[in-house]
Amino acid sequence: MTDLNVPARGRPVVLGAPGPEPTVRGRFEDFGGQFVPETLIPALEELEREFRAAWASDEFRAEFADLLTSYAGRPTPITECHNLSERLGVRVILKREDLTHTGSHKINNVLGQALLTKRMGKQRVIAETGAGQHGVATATACALFGLDCTVFMGAVDVERQALNVWRMQLLGAEVVPVQSGSRTLKDAVNDALRDWVATVESTHYCIGSVVGPHPYPWIVREFQRVVGDEARAQCLAALGADPDVVVACVGGGSNAIGTFTGFVDGPARLIGVEAGGLGIESGRHGASVARGVPGILHGARSLFLQDEAGQILEAHSISAGLDYPGVGPEHAALAAIGRAEYVSATDDVALEGFRLLSVCEGIVPALEPAHAIGWLARAVGDEVPLGSTVLVTLSGRGDKDAAQVAEILRQRDA
Amino acid sequence: MNLESHLRARREAGARLLVPYVTGGLGHDWTDVVRAVVDAGADAVEIGIPFSDPVMDGPTIQAASQRALDAGATPTSILADARTLDVGIPLAVMTYCNLVFHAGCVRFAEALRDAGIAGAILPDLPLGEIGEWADAADAADVETVMLAAPNTTDERLAAICARSRGFVYGVSLMGITGERASLADSATRIASRAKAATDLPVLLGVGISTPEQAAEASTVADGVVVGSALIARLLEGGGPAGAHELIASFRAALDASD
Ligand SMILES: Cc1ncc(COP(=O)(O)O)c(C=O)c1O
Repeated sequence: MTDLNVPARGRPVVLGAPGPEPTVRGRFEDFGGQFVPETLIPALEELEREFRAAWASDEFRAEFADLLTSYAGRPTPITECHNLSERLGVRVILKREDLTHTGSHKINNVLGQALLTKRMGKQRVIAETGAGQHGVATATACALFGLDCTVFMGAVDVERQALNVWRMQLLGAEVVPVQSGSRTLKDAVNDALRDWVATVESTHYCIGSVVGPHPYPWIVREFQRVVGDEARAQCLAALGADPDVVVACVGGGSNAIGTFTGFVDGPARLIGVEAGGLGIESGRHGASVARGVPGILHGARSLFLQDEAGQILEAHSISAGLDYPGVGPEHAALAAIGRAEYVSATDDVALEGFRLLSVCEGIVPALEPAHAIGWLARAVGDEVPLGSTVLVTLSGRGDKDAAQVAEILRQRDA
Repeated sequence: MNLESHLRARREAGARLLVPYVTGGLGHDWTDVVRAVVDAGADAVEIGIPFSDPVMDGPTIQAASQRALDAGATPTSILADARTLDVGIPLAVMTYCNLVFHAGCVRFAEALRDAGIAGAILPDLPLGEIGEWADAADAADVETVMLAAPNTTDERLAAICARSRGFVYGVSLMGITGERASLADSATRIASRAKAATDLPVLLGVGISTPEQAAEASTVADGVVVGSALIARLLEGGGPAGAHELIASFRAALDASD
């Protein structure tokens, strides 16, 4: 963008070569597709056309790489967790997305989509948000690029993520509390889609995860794969090899797919950790791969939590970012072909992970990746053999969750 | 009863076509509401099978869907109720494709046929994804009504009209269902473009809120679908009598518009 912004730390980001496109009609195996009202078809076609051209253009890629470097603070380091490693008996390495500007991996995708928005000549951006991280990232990019921004957020999440609501407003975004359905992330996506049906000619819908109709799962994966591509090169430099196990939390699945994409052609086991909520058996969770069935929601065929008739069920998770009753189609495909494994961590296990990383390493994780940490701590010696080398994507930092966790712990101690 | 031949016959007889939308399972007397709108002069009735996440619907139909779901409505219960309707005009269902694919396209299509349903409208199943459903629906003699939007290109419009059965559903505006203060300019434009592309009946729907708007829409289109205006009346407790009164007023306006 501007040559004044020479990165003060690290090397500039080098983007990997573009990854493979999904096959005909946006499919990953049997999943994906474009199940949307006719009104949205022209916009999706335009977006696909523009993204394909942009992603093949050196100029666009250089602009994106420069933004990731000079604005988002990439590349993010990997951090070897000596204390935690000693405690658990496995070598734990974190990919530090918590250190990016705005504090989570969401910024990677948003900067890419903001560039696409400009390229398409649109002036207004809408987004859904759960934890508020994607909303904050979108509001941030819109402030940077001078775009109008409206963020849809479930009324329940507006309550539990008050800090992020305020940040979005500070950044100039309008935050619309969504009162329909379960008033969480799923309903925020619904209302964003409803807005888009009416405004599609002037508005870009900046989806926050690898969900939604084609081409979104592909675009968001390509913008997030910088996480995995960097991590692989860093692991290679530090370890001389791929890690044995790669772990990431899965809401819609963007930080996980971004990470997995870097390692998918290698030997590492890929493990996605879903929200176990109050326990899988309780029925109150967000474990869409474990307990979902194939269905169609938000424009794509994937795995969703549903009742016998096909009505979508409410998810439950302590973390707003994982409180989604579905998963991106590429995860459904990776699960179907057995290339990635999907496990879950309950709310309580996530809280254990939250405390553990804070105490051992002085790093307060967001509640979402705390699921991955908590799961790992319990899996060592079982699903993860002692002595393994494990890369965990720390998708975000825990500031946004501090008040909520403090309140929960206060109530428990009382 | 065949949707397309019935609507063509009515059009040839000089009628402007009127298709009210009723949410299945909205109130224990919802089948009486269907009978009432038929009695008030409907040419076909669209029966909504409620879905938990209706992205093409505004607050009114969302609320009706939620109320029906809370009362325990399922695709099975609604089709069982619909089967008891012997109203002498064709019925079509309007629902979202997850319910169809969840049951399985073949099973769903056969269930529609067995319940005496002539047609299906699936607003989130565009042309590119229609294959599996269309095969099942064609085999079961269920007519799949396709939607055309104001921003649909000429090329797609031709393909949509060619694939549509029963009628072509012109979406009158850029947006979701719900009442509007006036008829959008886009309404008559998409209607005339669709009319130029097909000989099928072309109906305008989404946002047609008053008898006056219906009459205006029907100066170009062959008729209208009326949803939120009727559902709002039902949510207020209007019941079959209120539905009858409202649809009779649409019928009168359409009949007077020649
Ligand atoms: C820090 C963090 N991690 C993970 C997620 C889950 O999203 P995804 O599965 O797309 O990475 C969120 C979503 O808000 C988040 O804020």
